[in-house]
Amino acid sequence: MENQEKLDEFQARIDAGEKIEPKDWMPERYRQQLIRMMSQHAHSEIVGMLPEGNWIERAPSLKRKLVLLAKVQDEAGHGLYLYSATETLGIDRSELVDQYLYGSAKYSSIFNYPTMTYADICAIGWLVDGAAIVNQTMLARSSYGPYSRANVRICKEESFHKKQGYEMLAKMADGTPEQQKMAQDSVNRWWWPSLMMFGPHDSDSPNSAELIKWQVKLKTNDELRQHFVDRMVMEAEAIGMELPDPDLEYNEETGHWDFGDIPWDEFWNVVKGNGVMNRKRIKDRRAAHENGEWVREAANAYARKKKLQQEKAS
Amino acid sequence: MTTETKELTKQEAFLAYLLRLADDRLILGQRMSEWCGHGPQLEEDLAMANMALDLIGHATALYEYAAEIEDEGHDEDYFAYFRDDREFTNLQLCELPKGDFGFTIARQFLFSAFSYFQYERLKDANDEQFAGMMNKHLKEIKYHLRHSREWVLRLGDGTEESHERIQESFDELWMYIGELFYMDEVDEFMIKEGLGVDSSEFKKEWKKLVEDTLTEATLTVPDWDQFMMSGSRKGIHTEHLGHLLAQMQFLRRSYPDAEWK
Amino acid sequence: MTDNNNDNWPLWEVFTQPKSGKPHEHAGSVHAADKEMALQNARDTYARRNEGVSIWVVKSKHITASTPEDMGPFFDPANDKPYRHPQFYSVPRAVKKRS
Repeated sequence: MENQEKLDEFQARIDAGEKIEPKDWMPERYRQQLIRMMSQHAHSEIVGMLPEGNWIERAPSLKRKLVLLAKVQDEAGHGLYLYSATETLGIDRSELVDQYLYGSAKYSSIFNYPTMTYADICAIGWLVDGAAIVNQTMLARSSYGPYSRANVRICKEESFHKKQGYEMLAKMADGTPEQQKMAQDSVNRWWWPSLMMFGPHDSDSPNSAELIKWQVKLKTNDELRQHFVDRMVMEAEAIGMELPDPDLEYNEETGHWDFGDIPWDEFWNVVKGNGVMNRKRIKDRRAAHENGEWVREAANAYARKKKLQQEKAS
Repeated sequence: MTTETKELTKQEAFLAYLLRLADDRLILGQRMSEWCGHGPQLEEDLAMANMALDLIGHATALYEYAAEIEDEGHDEDYFAYFRDDREFTNLQLCELPKGDFGFTIARQFLFSAFSYFQYERLKDANDEQFAGMMNKHLKEIKYHLRHSREWVLRLGDGTEESHERIQESFDELWMYIGELFYMDEVDEFMIKEGLGVDSSEFKKEWKKLVEDTLTEATLTVPDWDQFMMSGSRKGIHTEHLGHLLAQMQFLRRSYPDAEWK
Repeated sequence: MTDNNNDNWPLWEVFTQPKSGKPHEHAGSVHAADKEMALQNARDTYARRNEGVSIWVVKSKHITASTPEDMGPFFDPANDKPYRHPQFYSVPRAVKKRS
């Protein structure tokens, strides 16, 4: 049993705004919640490479090809930072990877939607990365040191991700009729899923209170979502994109934009594995992992051989 | 053949030379980028994306300069997106499907080793802008060579499976390496102008590097005198290129009047 | 545990030097089978935006770190040794201005 004194001491450190470091005492539940949340964040970065990677080969200009490639590569990097941070909690990356490839660990459902047109790449940059930045900016102040530092680095690198999407979307919105149509169609399809990225309403989010008490998160799902909506309404208007919600309305009293009901049935359906791309995403990641096994083994075998040779020589 | 060979102008030779260099890098970079999200280990995903970025970045710079030399109001995208299979002059080596990780590494090693010797010389070319570009790209090529060479050693001298796999890849790639040293009137013209490189000058060094590496990796060096493919510098390609271009160019060509930069 | 997995690479800590003359700083970690690959992976992960001029890698298991229990005995004693800090000494005003 964890004694109350230690728990109180821990809570006091959190309340004083101190960062918790890997070797510090922490409640087992705090550790478990972090592992769950951080690894899910990491898996999302990795699976997130797939929908966008889908357009690298077909990007419509050399510049856009380079931008997209660099962005998807960053996602690999961010996944790597996050796995590293999770590993400080005493769990190996390979175990974490097994948990989502073959077990029940989750990744963000947004990546189970298909990128059908190139405009989807722009909409993802604007909306999905926009939502991720809102979330990660908060997580950069998280109470767990390694997680906070990983998010600081991620935020610094990710600022171009949203900008490139928004910039290209603006160009398409201002482009030929076909481009305009393509851009609006993408925004229509990605708007609601991007709102769902913040998770269920606070009333349906069992982990929220605990995570906030421990300052792993500093704001609730609904607070973050509202912040995102307020910002996006402004940005959509600036480039002449319509948001597919007839109920969007500025509320003088609250100073925020009210929005319509989020289609949660769809959300849960995708979470359950019935999104257009769920199966393919996992299949692709498993294939990469399994096809890479002989490569990883070879590197280990070579390292062992070289070590033996060195030992013999000395 | 009875057709007379028309005298090349400097502009024509320079343009053709730049496009060959650029096409090699764009097509190889395109193949390398197919790994993005599918690498054998996360760290290697980053490494391969870096190489793809370098290759496509080098190609872009070369196309930009080609557009300047050509002086017909084209931009870099014109060369990448609006030419057909027969106009592409990349090596067949670069267009072959990515294969497994061993195949990708073996090809990258052979190509990077060649590029290394080639750029070592081109960095002193008699054209400031061109030479500067070569010098800048050389640094990245050195890293590609180092990275791919280290992997050849690990796969060759790793497990039985990895040894077999990469041996097979080298065997399969071998007939495409003859073209690395192909030279024609374009090269001759460029050499004469102090702009191009005579690849026969470093063939020995390249072969030695390849042989030493394969030997260290406990691999068998395939027969240097076996049959070698040819024709890519004149636009003769495998069927793979057409599919690669179809994918790469489709969106841009579907909406040619749209702004995509 | 996954330690006996043949395809699992060990963990390395990465330290990058942002500029010459600056100290190396902890950047994060990578997995690699050996030191050459650890160095290359570190380069591709933590220096892909030209963030550094030099990289160190060391196997994570070779790092010995102080524990939270060490915190008192290790770091508190210095609190009552103000003479170790430059702020302890007063400098004539004229000198202060010039520096």
